[in-house]
This record gives sequence, structure tokens and C-alpha cells, in this order.
Amino acid sequence: MSRSLEKIGQQLVSAVVVMFGLYVVAKVYMAGQFILALICLAVLAFGVFVYTSSRAYPYRYLFPGLMATLVFVIFPIVYTFAISFTNYSSRNLLTFERATEYFLGQTYMVEGGQSYAFTLHRDGHAFRVRLEDEQGDVFVSPPLALYKGPIIVEANAPVAGDAPLAEPVDTKVLISYLPNLKLVSFQLPNGHLLSVTGLRQYGAVSKLYKANADGSLTNQQDNSVLTPNMKTGYFETSSGEQLTPGYTTQVGWSQYTKIFSDASFSQPFFRIFVWTVTFAGLTVLFAFSVGIVLAVLMEWEALRGRAFYQTMFFIPYTVPAFISILIFKGLFNQNTGEINQILEMLFGLHPSWFSTPILAKSMLLIVNTWLGFPYMMVVSMGLIKAIPSDLYEASAIAGAGPFTNFFKITLPLIAKPLMPLLISSFAFNFNNVMLIILLTGGRPDFLDTKVPAGSTDLLVSFTYRIAFEDSGANFGLAAAISTVLFLMVTVLSLINMRLTKVNAQEAR
Amino acid sequence: MAVVLDKSHRWRVVLAHIAIIGFICLIMFPFLMIFSISIRPGNFATGSFIPQTISLEHWALAFGFSYQGADGALLEPQFPVLLWLWNSVKVASLSALILVVLSTTCAYAFARMKFLFKNYMLNGLLLLQMFPSVLALVAIYTIFDRIGNYVPWLGIESHGGLILAYTGGIAVYIWLIKGYFETVPVEIEEAAKVDGATAFQAFRYVLLPIIVPILMVVFLLAFIGAINEYPVASILLKSTDNLTLAVGVKNYLYPQKYLWGDFAAAAILSGLPITVVFLFAQKWMISGLTTGGVKG
Repeated sequence: MSRSLEKIGQQLVSAVVVMFGLYVVAKVYMAGQFILALICLAVLAFGVFVYTSSRAYPYRYLFPGLMATLVFVIFPIVYTFAISFTNYSSRNLLTFERATEYFLGQTYMVEGGQSYAFTLHRDGHAFRVRLEDEQGDVFVSPPLALYKGPIIVEANAPVAGDAPLAEPVDTKVLISYLPNLKLVSFQLPNGHLLSVTGLRQYGAVSKLYKANADGSLTNQQDNSVLTPNMKTGYFETSSGEQLTPGYTTQVGWSQYTKIFSDASFSQPFFRIFVWTVTFAGLTVLFAFSVGIVLAVLMEWEALRGRAFYQTMFFIPYTVPAFISILIFKGLFNQNTGEINQILEMLFGLHPSWFSTPILAKSMLLIVNTWLGFPYMMVVSMGLIKAIPSDLYEASAIAGAGPFTNFFKITLPLIAKPLMPLLISSFAFNFNNVMLIILLTGGRPDFLDTKVPAGSTDLLVSFTYRIAFEDSGANFGLAAAISTVLFLMVTVLSLINMRLTKVNAQEAR
Repeated sequence: MAVVLDKSHRWRVVLAHIAIIGFICLIMFPFLMIFSISIRPGNFATGSFIPQTISLEHWALAFGFSYQGADGALLEPQFPVLLWLWNSVKVASLSALILVVLSTTCAYAFARMKFLFKNYMLNGLLLLQMFPSVLALVAIYTIFDRIGNYVPWLGIESHGGLILAYTGGIAVYIWLIKGYFETVPVEIEEAAKVDGATAFQAFRYVLLPIIVPILMVVFLLAFIGAINEYPVASILLKSTDNLTLAVGVKNYLYPQKYLWGDFAAAAILSGLPITVVFLFAQKWMISGLTTGGVKG
């Protein structure tokens, strides 16, 4: 009994899930995204297959997780590649269809056309507009919400028996609703189209552009023609002038040629690349050096209180990085920062950490070493523990000191298993966007570049700034640089996997 | 250890202690400073490192109370720190929960079942987890912008969208849990199946209770990861009340409006609980990873 109930429950739940899926598909389809709707439908069908067919049983466990990976990891990567071949940016944001729609929505005032005095009347929460032309003919709109537009509304002559309009709103209210009214056009029974032309006046307008079969637009006012240029992503006049808004279009490899051959892009790109490698390399070197020394000390049995020391050393790792980075940002502040106060007191120095490139770079390395050494310490300690202690006993009998022990026994023995960890640490710092954005923001900026780029920018913070901080929001260029970065990270990862595999085989 | 000790050995120990304590002072300096800054009055007060006058204004503001300054001026809290902390905790716990569910079921299939493309998928996941999401930021932004056109609570400016974005980072946890599954002998489930349990029942009632420790570890790892995540959160969330802590606190230190003292109190207030969770988790994670399913 309870079993059959459970079964009915299960079937109900699956029915609801499938219905919801179909609802989403329908909604996406109605929004005009045919391909997206098709993809959603395919995913849904695959889901239904997986959860009903007994042959696909293992996939029932995999489906949700793999879907998440597919949608939020693999798809964004592929999509990044795709964007890198377009001119997608804040100036070329719309699709071609939406840009065309925008131009077709433009109107101009008809010369010698009638003008209509208007008043705005409350109707409950809505508003009605009363229009009166020079001959005294009156037209009234239906109740309007006056939220966002743009819309075209029919206004008709009032019919006898209609409820009378409320008193017109006062000027203050009228002014506050004027921006919304500007989005509303009225279509009169005689075919005239009206738009707001003044505070109390509507005027006859006409559509500015007419669409032609080949995609170009004809200006009705002066009969000039706008042709869409699929290379630049703009509608252009015959003299080549570009009209905003532009639209997103395929530009082939031009983002990549920009990075590698246009000097104003390639110059900063290579400078930043060199710094990125230097930064990641030095960070790993410094953090590892500090970490391994501490790890060796923590494994030295003559030292008491090691557990306490170890906890203290680990604290920088446990504090959320976004907080410690900001603490350092304040402490390094040139005028009010505590570090400069101490330096001033002791040595009379007053370094400008944020405006001198070399100092800003040193500051980043100091902070990142501070953030990174605890991890290196913990990892090294684990590896040192695995070294058989009779090796050290033998070396002690041979009269070796601690330095000989370190360089001849400890370091060579842990180097190999440590390598993959050092490489992933390198890869992590190669892409350490949070540190850069929070501490220096990439500044001090180069003065000779087209796009904002700074001497402490890593490649990844450079793309972050191009896409999200620069006012141009050049997504296409950012995606192209990201693609290059993807290739670099892939190479690093493959080397790493190779090394890990070799280590695992040797351990066998 | 039977090592011959010479005379200089004791000096070396003492020297090591001194060096270590010096180093600890150095690495703890920022935290001591930030505490001192949080209890001294004013946002620009400079001078002594041990504050002469103690003022709780920054702490009151951090907790969201207004404060009457020494000159009688009313100071209002500038930023909702506690709300940001709540946002962070909310997003992190929900995304960690989803990650645990998704990665456990996947890991079970990978550890116990045979199916097509299994090894390709496993290696693919291993490679994928090496790509940081920050490389696909432009695409992620565009995707959530589009999703938001249809489903506003999953678009830009929504916590739902951020949680979804975080569920993509599942690969590393699948590998972790799969490794743990493999330490549990297959016989345990086979015995359950002999007793008439279905595959799902064997998974749900027999295997799952055994692997609770690793699930806690994965939850904590995912939780801490989400709390500390900056790039994705910074592009998906914009309005002040919506921010997570990682994105919010930097607002204290804009050059035009530099609230050093307020930042100090807010940083301690919000950072301390997270640090405590991390320290607690550290201990827990090590013991969780070392105890297997079969106890002797």
C-alpha cells in the first residue's frame, strides 16, 4: 500500500518536473530564441530518456552533475572562444535585428503638421491623455500605466456616456512623467502618429526610416540610405559615417591580430605577459623558500612548542584573502599607512608604494608571499615526514651539518613529488585576479597605451579591466586574450598531469 | 633520535626560537595593527600604535548602530556589513549543499558503475578543474545576462544566478569523493543487494551513512571556496544590498572616501567567524580524510 503510494508520488514529481521543463522551453521559444529553445528541449528529452530507460541507469547519477559542468564550465569556455571572433562590446551590444528595430522606431516631426495640446489625467493608478487639435477636435487615450515604453497607443474621439476625465494633473506631476510620456506615441483614427514635442504639446511625427529588402534603411526625410556594414558592425551613411548603436558581428581573427600586431595593443600585452610570468614565478619561489625553511624547523624535534608555532604560521592562510589583501592595501597607503609611518620613524623613508612601478611590484610580491607560504609549509611538512629518518642519522654520523642535510637529502627527495604542486601554484598565481584587482587595480598605468593597462596588471586582470572596468567594455578583445590564456593554462595543466602520472608510476 | 649533540646545538635551538618568534611578530603585525586601528577614534587618526583613547565608534557602526561622535555629530553606518556577511553565508551554504549532492551522485557512478566514455569523462573533469572560471568571465556575464531576461531570479544581480555559477566547480569534488568511495569495500553494498536492496537503496541507506565524513569535508571546502570567491561575484552583483562580503568590503577603501577605521572593525567582525570556521574545518578535514569506512 505505502509502496504504491510512494510510486504514485514519484510519478507525480516527475510529471511536475517535465511540465516545468516544457514550460521553460515554451517561454524561451516565445521569446524568439529558437536555437536556445531547441537546445533546452534536447536536454529535457535526454533527461527523460536517462530517467526512464533502464539501459541508461548509471547516467541517472551523472546527469545533474554533468549538466552543471556542461552549462557552467564547458559552455562558457566554448562561448568565450566564440565571442573572441566578434566585436561584442558596449558599442556593439545589440544583435543586428535589435539594432534595425531601433532605427525603425526613430521618428521625425512632420513639417506643417498639426500640433495637439494635451493634458494628463489620473484614472485610478493609471493615467489618460487628452489631446485637442487646433480645430477643437478631442481625442482620449485608454488608461496607461506609464512605466517603460516605447509603445504606440490608439487614441480615439471620446464616446458619449464615457466616464468624465479627472482634473488634469498639475505641472509638477506632469514634468515628472514627461520622460515616460516621451516613449508613448499615439495613433489617431485619421492615421496620424503623434509624439511629445513640448511640455503641453504633441505633434504629428512620421517614421524616420523605411526598411529595404537588402537590409539597408532609407531615410524618409532626406532620402539618404543607411547601409549595414557587416565588417564594422555599424549602419553607415554613404559618406562612411557610423551611426550608433552598432550591432555585434563576426570579425574573424581581427581581435587576435590586434593583440599580436597592433603596437598599441601588443606592446602592453607582451610587457604584461613578462610581468605575469615573473610574478607567478617569484611568488612560487618566495613562498616556497619561506615555507620549506619553516617546514624543516617544524620537523626539528629539539624545538619545543612546535604545535603552537605551526598554528600561528597557518593563520595567514585561514583569514579570507579578500580581507587580508585589503588590510595590506591600507597599511601600505603612502600618506596614512602604518608601514610608511614606521619606515619614516626608523629610516626617514617615505616610499610611494602605489605610484612607483617597481615598488608596487615588490609590494605585490611581499603580500602574496605572506598569503602563500603557509600552504607551502603544510605541503612540505607532509613530504618531509615521509623521508626515512635513518638517512639523517647516517649523515649525522658522517658529520654533516643542517645545511648539508637540507641541500643533499631533504630538497632532492621532496623535489619530485613537489613539482606538480609548484606548477599548480604557478598556474593559480598566473591567474590571481583577486590580488591585483583588490590591491593595486593594475596601477600605476602605462601612459602610452590605447586600452588601460598598468605595470602591475596580470594578463587576467588586464582582460578583467578591458571587459568590466574600461568604459568601452570590449568583450570581444577580452575574450580573445582569455582564449590565449586558456591555451597557456592548458599547456601548464598537461605538463602537470604528465608529471603527476610519472610520479604515480614511480611510486608503484 | 640517536644523534650526537655538540655544544653549539643548544645555541642553535635558542636562535631558532628567537627567529621564529620574530617571524611570528612580523606575520601577525597586520592583524595587531588592524585591531588597534579599529578601536582608535576617527578614520584618519594617525600617531601612536597603541591607541591612547579607546573609542568604540567603528565597532558600533560595523554592527549597524549609529554613533554620536565626541563633537556631537551623528555618524551613520556607511555599509551594511552584517547583511553582506549574511549574503555570503547564504550563497556559500546553498551552493555548497548543491555541490555536495551533485558531486556525490556523480562520484558514486564513477566509482561503482561501468558505462560508456567513463575514463574520458574522468580525465576531462580533471583537465577542466584546472581552468579558473575567471578566464570565462565574459561568457559567464553574457550567459547570466541572457538568462535574466527570461528568469529574473537567476540573472545578473541575483543570488540564485551566483549559486548556479558556483555549481559548475564540481569536478575537483567528484574526484575527492570518488577516491573516498574506493576505500569502502564493495562487499558492503553487495551484501545489501543480496538482501534485496535496489542499487539506489544500497547507495542511499548503506553507502551514504558511511561517507558522511567526506561529505562534511566537501561541504566545508565548497563553503570556504564560495565565501572567498571574488571575480564572478564582482561581475554578477552590483547593488550595495546585494553584495557578498568579498565584493563589498573593498568599498571602504575608495580613495575618495577612505574609511580606514570603519574598515578595520568591519574586517574583524566579518573575517573572524570565517577564520574560525576555517581553523575548525582544518582539524576536521584532516581527521575526515584519514578515517576510512572500515574501522578495525
